[in-house]
Amino acid sequence: MLIFVIRKLLQMVPLLLGITLISFVVIHLAPGDPTDLQTEMNPEAGAELEERLRTEYGLDEPLMVQYGTWLKRLVHLDFGRSFSQDRRPVWDKIMERLPITLLINLLSMGLIILTAVPLGVISAVKRDSWFDRTTTLLVFVGFAAPSFWLALLLMDWLGVYLGLVPVSGIKSFGHEYLSAWEQILDIGHHLILPVFISAVGGLAGFSRYMRSNMLDVIRQDYILTARAKGLPERVVIGKHALRNALLPLITILGLAVPGLIGGSVIFESIFAIPGMGKLFYDGVMMRDYPLIMGILVIGAVMTLVGNMLADVGYALADPRIRKG
Amino acid sequence: MRWCIHGLQRALLQVCLGCICLLLILLSGCREGEFVPPERGEDTSVAYGDTIIMGTIGDASNLIPPLASDASSSTITGHVYNGLIRYDKNMRFEGDLAESWEIAEDGREITFHLRKDVTWHDGEPFTSADVLFTYKLMVDPDTPTAYAERYKQVEQASAPDPYTFKVRYAQPLAPALVSWAMGICPKHLLEGKDITTSELARNPVGTGPFRFVKWDPGEQIVLERNEDYFEGAPYIKRIVYRIVPDTTTMFLELQSGGLDYMGLTPLQYARQTDTPAFKRRFNKYRYPAFAYTYLGYNLRKPMFQDIRVRHAIAYAIDKQEIVDGVLLGLGQPATGPYKPGSWPYNADVPRYPYAPDKARDLLHEVGWKDVDGDGVREKDGHRFAFTILTNQGNDQRIKAGEIIQRRLQEVGIEIKLRVIEWASFLKEFIHPGKFDATILGWTVPVDPDGYNIWHSSKTGPRELNFIAYNNPEVDRLLEQGRRVLSIEERRPIYHRLQEILARDQPYTFLYVPDSLPVVARRFYGIEETPAGIMHNFNEWYVPEEQQKYKR
Repeated sequence: MLIFVIRKLLQMVPLLLGITLISFVVIHLAPGDPTDLQTEMNPEAGAELEERLRTEYGLDEPLMVQYGTWLKRLVHLDFGRSFSQDRRPVWDKIMERLPITLLINLLSMGLIILTAVPLGVISAVKRDSWFDRTTTLLVFVGFAAPSFWLALLLMDWLGVYLGLVPVSGIKSFGHEYLSAWEQILDIGHHLILPVFISAVGGLAGFSRYMRSNMLDVIRQDYILTARAKGLPERVVIGKHALRNALLPLITILGLAVPGLIGGSVIFESIFAIPGMGKLFYDGVMMRDYPLIMGILVIGAVMTLVGNMLADVGYALADPRIRKG
Repeated sequence: MRWCIHGLQRALLQVCLGCICLLLILLSGCREGEFVPPERGEDTSVAYGDTIIMGTIGDASNLIPPLASDASSSTITGHVYNGLIRYDKNMRFEGDLAESWEIAEDGREITFHLRKDVTWHDGEPFTSADVLFTYKLMVDPDTPTAYAERYKQVEQASAPDPYTFKVRYAQPLAPALVSWAMGICPKHLLEGKDITTSELARNPVGTGPFRFVKWDPGEQIVLERNEDYFEGAPYIKRIVYRIVPDTTTMFLELQSGGLDYMGLTPLQYARQTDTPAFKRRFNKYRYPAFAYTYLGYNLRKPMFQDIRVRHAIAYAIDKQEIVDGVLLGLGQPATGPYKPGSWPYNADVPRYPYAPDKARDLLHEVGWKDVDGDGVREKDGHRFAFTILTNQGNDQRIKAGEIIQRRLQEVGIEIKLRVIEWASFLKEFIHPGKFDATILGWTVPVDPDGYNIWHSSKTGPRELNFIAYNNPEVDRLLEQGRRVLSIEERRPIYHRLQEILARDQPYTFLYVPDSLPVVARRFYGIEETPAGIMHNFNEWYVPEEQQKYKR
């Protein structure tokens, strides 16, 4: 098992190098420079500012030299300083945005699993029933509805008209005067809508997946055997069928790991949440290379680690894979 | 998978979908009169206190004035720092950190007499050493500022005593005075440090009416009143800039009471804020913005070199129609590069009212005739067809382009409209001069100097006269305009400049949009002037019993 993990880890290194090299080149191929924001179409800006900034950022060097410099820093786990005007360390910028994105994604992931698993199981067991058809319809409506549209309608109805939830942001004004417990409640209150909206879109895929897994399992011979033994239906479904139907979920969860740090720029703009999606989008828009690369590296690592966790998890859960 | 939908089920599905849509429409439709009427007392006398929460689309980036080149950052630094001078509500200069100033006879030397009662937010006294330091910072090659150009014209700067500051220029330079409206930086906190990594970028210390409290990146910036402000502390205790990147969300947030101020879009102003409930809670304001949008012709292209062709296009475009269609009437047709109502603005220039017949006659006169009857004019075997470029992300420009496209088609000119992402737009088309015509906008600086945009020496790559306009009289006026200092002497120069620009039509000036801010009703003392409403922000107040945030 250990050798399995180590081999997987070693395989990740060249893969990661390849990913960073390709991203680095592609980003630099896009027209536009990090200096544009300050110098383009600005009647006040002098000509030498651009030159000075280019030298300072090392943009006058050949691309491969720039990549080498960047890689050398990365080996020391230094993501460098942002090219935007605040020039803060990329690491700091990412770290102040990461917690909220992670929190929302984890909550919505939890909400999705908690709803999708029972929905899928019931739909499968009572296939073609009234319940099955209604949930199918509802989860697909949720999947098809553009999330920004749904978000705005709910904000207007629940936030403005009924005044039940805050419209946007993650903290109320005067948050710092609240007690610790009230602060948590306040953030929770603000997160109701965003978490709900981001879960609605993901529900369809997950519950359908669960349903079809369950259907496959129910048709297996060992379920027939279990029924033949005279086990109550509750045990047949809950113990023998469900546990086997949950296996493929490991893969899906593993693949969802990189998604945990990614945010959607539309979603975050609508809810005025300072998360990773907006950070990345703004970074791309102003060609803030160190920031873009920093986020991409973290994303790539998370993807590779997620894949590996899925493999390992599967091996742990399923003896057939472990021994085969 | 066995959940294919057949006949009856499909009908059911449609009914259900219909119901959901209807429900959502109903839910969002019935909103009239749900607002709590504000408690209106008789007493509206001036009082200290309360917080104003202002909505802003973008986060700030850097709060050191020379490095703050984006709008959000300059708004914040505007509250925290002072310049030596500033614009008053009539867009004329008045003293700020300087009590008074004199300009020497030859127009080359300015002497500022500084106020003696000013302290930095950390308690250190403000002196001319700070001003001299700021000047040195601006011209230091290690300072990555976009604004160095005007400070480099200074021949000599000196601080003969703690409350006097002198600058001497190689030759008189009118825009020089504006450059001293920029925020003065604290010497004692910045000297000998690397400005690019200074703590002050995120934690500014100024002399201004508000002191910095905190900045939650991407979320909010909080400022609090400076009790020791040399002009007396402002009435409002605290300003919170909340970053809400989406204007629709911002509007919902405003209605739910989470914001006290925002800039409305024309659609919101015209269609969504006319309810009695909204008017009971908010005051709307409207005045021309410091910006205009234009159609610029690439004058290197032979087809635009005949002035009659440009006149014809100007006559064929209905500018009022664009204002009505794009801005819902919330703006006005532009006639030149200055803001209507400001001192350089000249209303008495040649105008081009919508006259398609005149346009047709002019084109005919030049030799553009529709010989083959396909609706597009030809001359020497060339069809009169060109492409209008504009940048992605600005819907108003795209809509204006579509309206222009239709109107020009009616006089026999074929237009293609191309929308291109900003960076490629500049790099591939504008800078190399590879375009026919473009719809773009300029913000109007308070100083009328337009040297970089109109002078014939500024047509090089990456320079701003990218349409290659060249008129010797304009060049002369521009050179003259920046060398005389008094408004009285400059006014005729810029009035003449506008006449020539209107006659030459290197741009067809399209429209000046309106600024459409909205402020919660409980704020009093707001004065609407040509400069907008923010000029007397420090005098805004909320009467005692209407104050919303007591802490």
